[in-house]
Amino acid sequence: MDSVITLDHVSKRFGAYVAVHEAHFDIQRGEFFSMLGPSGCGKTTTLRMIAGFEQPSGGRILLEGQDVSRVPPYQRNVNTVFQHYALFPHMSVRDNVAFGPRSKKAPEAEVAKRVDELLSVTRLTQFAARKPAQLSGGQQQRVALARALVNYPSALLLDEPLGALDLKLRQAMQIELKRIQREVGITFIYVTHDQEEALTMSDRIAVMNEGLVEQIGSPEDIYHSPARVFVANFIGVANLLPATVVGEMENRLVVSLEGDVRMETANPAWGAKPGSKGTMMIRPESLYFRESGKGLPVRLTAAAFSGPAIRLVLTTGSGIEMIAHVPSDGPRPVLEPGRSYVVSWDPEGARLLPPKSARSPLDMNLRPTLELAQQFYPNSVV
Amino acid sequence: MSGERTGAVGARWTGRVLDLWAGLVLLYLFLPIFVIIAYSFNKPEGRFNFVWKAFSLDAWRDPFLFPALVDAMKLSLQVAAVSTTVATLFGALIALALCRYTWKGSGTIGLLLVLPLTTPEVVLGSSLLSLFLSANYATGFSTIVIAHIMFSVSYVALTVKARIKGFDWTLEEAAMDLYATPWRVVTKVTLPLIAPGIAAAAMLSFALSLDDFVITLFNAGSRVTYPLYVYGARRAAFPPQINVLATAILAGSLVLLGLTVLWQNRTLKQAGD
Repeated sequence: MDSVITLDHVSKRFGAYVAVHEAHFDIQRGEFFSMLGPSGCGKTTTLRMIAGFEQPSGGRILLEGQDVSRVPPYQRNVNTVFQHYALFPHMSVRDNVAFGPRSKKAPEAEVAKRVDELLSVTRLTQFAARKPAQLSGGQQQRVALARALVNYPSALLLDEPLGALDLKLRQAMQIELKRIQREVGITFIYVTHDQEEALTMSDRIAVMNEGLVEQIGSPEDIYHSPARVFVANFIGVANLLPATVVGEMENRLVVSLEGDVRMETANPAWGAKPGSKGTMMIRPESLYFRESGKGLPVRLTAAAFSGPAIRLVLTTGSGIEMIAHVPSDGPRPVLEPGRSYVVSWDPEGARLLPPKSARSPLDMNLRPTLELAQQFYPNSVV
Repeated sequence: MSGERTGAVGARWTGRVLDLWAGLVLLYLFLPIFVIIAYSFNKPEGRFNFVWKAFSLDAWRDPFLFPALVDAMKLSLQVAAVSTTVATLFGALIALALCRYTWKGSGTIGLLLVLPLTTPEVVLGSSLLSLFLSANYATGFSTIVIAHIMFSVSYVALTVKARIKGFDWTLEEAAMDLYATPWRVVTKVTLPLIAPGIAAAAMLSFALSLDDFVITLFNAGSRVTYPLYVYGARRAAFPPQINVLATAILAGSLVLLGLTVLWQNRTLKQAGD
């Protein structure tokens, strides 16, 4: 494997506040890699450390095999697309794009050639003479991209680049970004809090929460096999039920849910054995909804038609809310709010997730500290 | 219905009173200036240009008739040029530091900046003079310049600070990200964008220096600046050339002010505000 960037146990603290804790992963050449998480999860800080705007408090960052942890941003061969573009307002589009090559003192003829090439890739040729304020949001976005890509960086860093655009333009730019990435073949490192954006565009996603990398994997992995409750909850809709392992057979486990309802599930990798407690995670589309039979008894609270599927809101005996999607044109029981039904699932359609304590003991001690720090330093940059 | 009408009439009436009041305030502010301009076209009877006699362009035809007045004007312009240059440099750097960073003591510096603005000029002037006297430092050109730098730095720093408050510092990060060394960041990105604010501050500083009387009086030694000359001249003679030079300065600063406003509007438009 050919990795462009390696984060080697990278941490960042601002005073007592831990913004990033022991981030440890590789980013491959040509990959579209996303860092996804709620605000304050440390994704932007991680990106800023890769760009060189922040220095890690611990660990090393390798760029093309070289330790760049203490190298200033202007000597790192990575470029950033900023959240609000940060285009130079006093320069034309052409001068904005030419800024990087001119900083590197490239001959003016070569600068002109490269700028023309990038303006054409980003479809900006006709706007070359304009000032940024005379462009629309989407065009400014493309200038920011061209200005970064013209330097042929080892990796392009994008900090919520579509956040400032409206929904329609955002969707168009998602496709545009993917197209440009394929065309130039450069590694993209993409920071977003929008799970749908991350799922559609990424080759791999790192889900972050409170300074910790919770899981790294392909969009399919992250969606279908979340490693933790946080990931299951953050990506898509997840039904979560407290469960206890009561039996083990070959590669399957028997778990007991509320009311001692027993269901089977695949044996997860975290070492669950009879007696272990955990959380059952089932996606709404993996639930079977029947009038009676084997399964978990539920009460129907509400049903909403949404075209291809009907979205059912269900309540279990102990009051846990569940969401089920049933095909709107297939055979299904008569829907009567208030009536009792039964839900079940295939063993492969469910995941047994570890309880929070099954993570490393270090994290257990870290969490209260993080919460306290957040309380006392609410204005810390994350 | 009738209530509405009374209300409308009342509103119109208060509106008129307000207009009148505003007009009076403006008149109060500008009348002295108009008088100065008008009297530059006077042909006074005798040495004192205090009574309107007849319209004349004599003074405008020969504005540099009195060498002492010209010398005083030259000295004022020199002092203003030197003190503005130094004060703008220091003041702008202070403002940048205060906007860019927070450190232990930055709040105190912010407070210290306001101090020269709120301290009575008599106190500033006399205490500075006592400092020069106890240091056995001869008063003259250099002490006037030092005194002017002292109060100008605060004005410059506060003006620049107010102007660059909304500056988007990520532009500096963007430039650094695009391989610009710190020097290139400052010369190509930061300075061109904050220059209008600094220019405005420099103009203010220049005007303040040209205009200052009290602090200058304490620290001028035997040198005579334009305001000191005007004040001293009133006992011997008050020729219309004083009004002519004052009007010329006023016209010059109005032109500069207009240019700065135009320039700033253009920069703001570029910034998309």
